[in-house]
Amino acid sequence: MLTKRIIPCLDIKDGRTVKGINFENIRDAGDPVELGALYAQQGADELVFLDITATVEKRKTLSELVNRISHHINIPFTVGGGISSIEDVSMLLQNGADKISVNTAAFKTPKLLTGLAKEFGSQCIVLAIDTKQEEDGEWYVYLNGGRIKTATRCIDWARQAVNAGAGEILLTSMNHDGTKQGFALDITGTLARELPVPVIASGGGGTKQHFADVFKTAGADAALAASIFHFKEIAIPNLKKWLHNNGVEVRI
Amino acid sequence: MKLVIIKYNAGNIQSVLYALERIGMEATVTDDPKTIRSADKVIFPGVGEASTAMNYLKERDLDTLIKELTQPVLGICLGMQLMCDHSEENNTPCLGIFEEKVSRFQSPKSYPESAISSIKVPQVGWNNIYDLQTPLLKEVPENSYCYFVHGYYAAIGEHTIAKTNYVQPYSSALHKNNFYGVQFHPEKSAATGEQILKNFINL
Repeated sequence: MLTKRIIPCLDIKDGRTVKGINFENIRDAGDPVELGALYAQQGADELVFLDITATVEKRKTLSELVNRISHHINIPFTVGGGISSIEDVSMLLQNGADKISVNTAAFKTPKLLTGLAKEFGSQCIVLAIDTKQEEDGEWYVYLNGGRIKTATRCIDWARQAVNAGAGEILLTSMNHDGTKQGFALDITGTLARELPVPVIASGGGGTKQHFADVFKTAGADAALAASIFHFKEIAIPNLKKWLHNNGVEVRI
Repeated sequence: MKLVIIKYNAGNIQSVLYALERIGMEATVTDDPKTIRSADKVIFPGVGEASTAMNYLKERDLDTLIKELTQPVLGICLGMQLMCDHSEENNTPCLGIFEEKVSRFQSPKSYPESAISSIKVPQVGWNNIYDLQTPLLKEVPENSYCYFVHGYYAAIGEHTIAKTNYVQPYSSALHKNNFYGVQFHPEKSAATGEQILKNFINL
């Protein structure tokens, strides 16, 4: 049976793993390749590396990092952060990335998704959406790492993006990110139900029960978390064993 | 040991190369017929779309070459599908090594009440392999998990050497004479995948 995936996320800045709370307040959490290899060994199902470096040197350092990762890690990994062209993607895949994630650039130019899907196949195109529930109860798309609000509803953009060629959705709830109060079950559930592609839930995972909830109640295909793994609040083997004992199919 | 990875317009060649490096094997990535013919083992990887890949192979006469190989050949993912008779993906005639047809997973027309049981296409993630046969899968425990990314599948037939369930049971590995194919990605399937790559090298 196809299992639910547990995906540690490593935010990278200038070659180091960092983690912010609510998209701010960056703390150092170690070497990404070492950490990634440790997670792979512990039974992580995939890894996501998001580069938040904003320098002109970024492209070169990122491809070198991806190359190092792919030499050391025997599970699939996704790379994201500032990707905006076929050339960017080509370089990352050539260095061994399995999938890439796009966010702001795809929203601004949805044709990018179509071009990427045609060139590399939908299976390696992950669309990342940062979303926030406003006072009107609707979930809206945010861009530029959560700094810019748009008037587009999350579900509308997700549908359009899948039609354009996105093969998977990485959904981060800004209301929940960093709170450890649980994943956004409603919007995750909506996307998981409405979309024909896998949905990765992100933001808010703080306890084992939160993971069970997002798989069982919201129907997410995968769940992503960062600081609870980096700061050893939950160990991946314990989490997976607990999920298995509580009726969630996981790879153990 | 001369290990060759066939170079063509399909993704994941680097991943396969790095996976071999991790288990201490060097491989040559080439589309040179002479080098491919003289290799001890040949890996035919693949991520992408069937008709584009077949056209590329035909233009370079690699289609004929692959069929004529007599050393152990391992097709991975799309590589395995291209070794079958025909793929439903853009109605593509394939190499015809395995007498199997490749069909698309049929996802339910309407989603059931609960999102949990919905079937997504492509299948993305870790699924188990069972009814394992042949030395390729030696020392791989029944129900081991492997990493899959695919929207099309080969049905179960006389060449099936491993099965997996998604929508229905299907062939997750095939074998005929010197030809082997796996639907999953051994290069991304952690320790299980490494064992399978080692087994292929030791065939």
